[in-house]
Amino acid sequence: MDQEFIAEYIPLYREAAVLTVKIGFAGIAAAILLGLICEITDYFRIPVLKRVVAVYIELSRNTPLLIQLFFIYYGLPKLGIHTNAEVCGVAGLAFLGGSYMAEAFRSGVEAIDAIQEESAYSLGLSRFQTIRYVLLPQALTISAPALIANVIFLLKETSVFSAISLMDLMFTAKDLIGLYYSTTESLVLLVVFYLLILLPVSILGSVMERRLRYAGFGV
Amino acid sequence: MPETILEISHLRKLYDDLRVFEDLSLTVHEGEVIVIVGPSGCGKSTLLRCINALEDIQGGEIRLRGEPVSKENRNLQSIRQKIGMVFQNYELFPHMTVLDNIMLAPVKAQGRKKEEVREEALDLLKRVGLESKADSYPRQLSGGQKQRTAIVRALCMHPEILLFDEVTAALDPEMVREVLEVILDLANQGKTMLVVTHEMQFARAIADRVIFLDEGRICEEGTPDGFFDEPKTERARKFLNTFTFERKGAKN
Ligand SMILES: Nc1ncnc2c1ncn2[C@@H]1O[C@H](COP(=O)(O)OP(=O)(O)O)[C@@H](O)[C@H]1O
Ligand SMILES: [Mg+2]
Repeated sequence: MDQEFIAEYIPLYREAAVLTVKIGFAGIAAAILLGLICEITDYFRIPVLKRVVAVYIELSRNTPLLIQLFFIYYGLPKLGIHTNAEVCGVAGLAFLGGSYMAEAFRSGVEAIDAIQEESAYSLGLSRFQTIRYVLLPQALTISAPALIANVIFLLKETSVFSAISLMDLMFTAKDLIGLYYSTTESLVLLVVFYLLILLPVSILGSVMERRLRYAGFGV
Repeated sequence: MPETILEISHLRKLYDDLRVFEDLSLTVHEGEVIVIVGPSGCGKSTLLRCINALEDIQGGEIRLRGEPVSKENRNLQSIRQKIGMVFQNYELFPHMTVLDNIMLAPVKAQGRKKEEVREEALDLLKRVGLESKADSYPRQLSGGQKQRTAIVRALCMHPEILLFDEVTAALDPEMVREVLEVILDLANQGKTMLVVTHEMQFARAIADRVIFLDEGRICEEGTPDGFFDEPKTERARKFLNTFTFERKGAKN
């Protein structure tokens, strides 16, 4: 392994990692928001929107991210919407992740007994207060493991961003391999940087999960 | 004549095809303790749930101090605040401490001051012997402690009427008493209550009036002594017999 090469290209990878993290977390935040909106639509059985959400969830779950990205990247300009690759990356991740997040929220909401809601109503709490103070905190606790798993899954999915010429980690590695045939070094750097991003998230996730579990459960 | 608090008239309640009540009427006066007994499935829980508008009704009317209790009433929230309900399985909020369980509705729904509510909550907890549990979570409590917390939670709303639905049915025998004594104490304070229970001794001790519900009708009603000593209907006799045991053979 060429250590000089590695040292030379670490800054390039660092930059790519920053881009990956930026787009990754923006996309995940958007996915969580989208998932929450989907679940709210479903929970309140909002007539037409509910159907739209159902179709979206099937589309999102049953097509690969790469194809979703192509649709956004090449399709949007055809509709007269011009953006850059970064926004497309965020949108793509949100489109893929929204359905997974929605399912995670749903499993949490469905795990709560209806009588908990009735108990809150019988105390004179409004529907909003019941959701805000009684249902949501419990649902989040139950959903937490699935939500955290989704975050990690989506961060890993960012590796296809290079297909829409985002200069992310994958792009950088492929570029260097193409230019210098430095396969080993480029791949080692790629793996190390992905681990640097994912390991902390993973560890933080399991800590959070454990704390939530002790904070909230067993009736 | 004391004031009428709750008036149920010609209540009709169906679950799909199942007719629970056809035409049920009942008036509850201020300070009255009514015990409702009856075989399983006769509609006791359904009746309490209707009073709280947790169920839709198909006919008749329920009024709390003259105000209709129904999902159509825009004031439903404030009416529910005046009706305290205690459930068989406590239904405390598992993610909140005892104190937060009690304070949630007075603060959020009634908009009362936090300090004032906390003080009252702690005082009520003390009265039921739970002052040391204020910061515990429900999962750290015994069944009896959970149920006493649930009663305090209802009380802290200053309800006009309290509904108890078999609140000791899920408890181990040695915890039944501690909960029943709290309810008995409330009766002594003159609270208006509707109590569904299978504890016949307790029913007799606490009731001003006993109502025997069977097949969705008020089959019999009367004073506790009248009902338990000389039930008028065959059905009530049969029902009461299920609580007594008799040995046919001679004892050695
Ligand atoms: N949500 C429901 N859907 C359909 N039937 C119900 C429902 N709740 C109760 N019932 C039925 O209504 C009847 C009265 O039930 P309930 O009020 O729970 O009786 P009790 O509390 O006296 O045992 C029973 O036959 C029961 O099976
Ligand atoms: Mg019942």
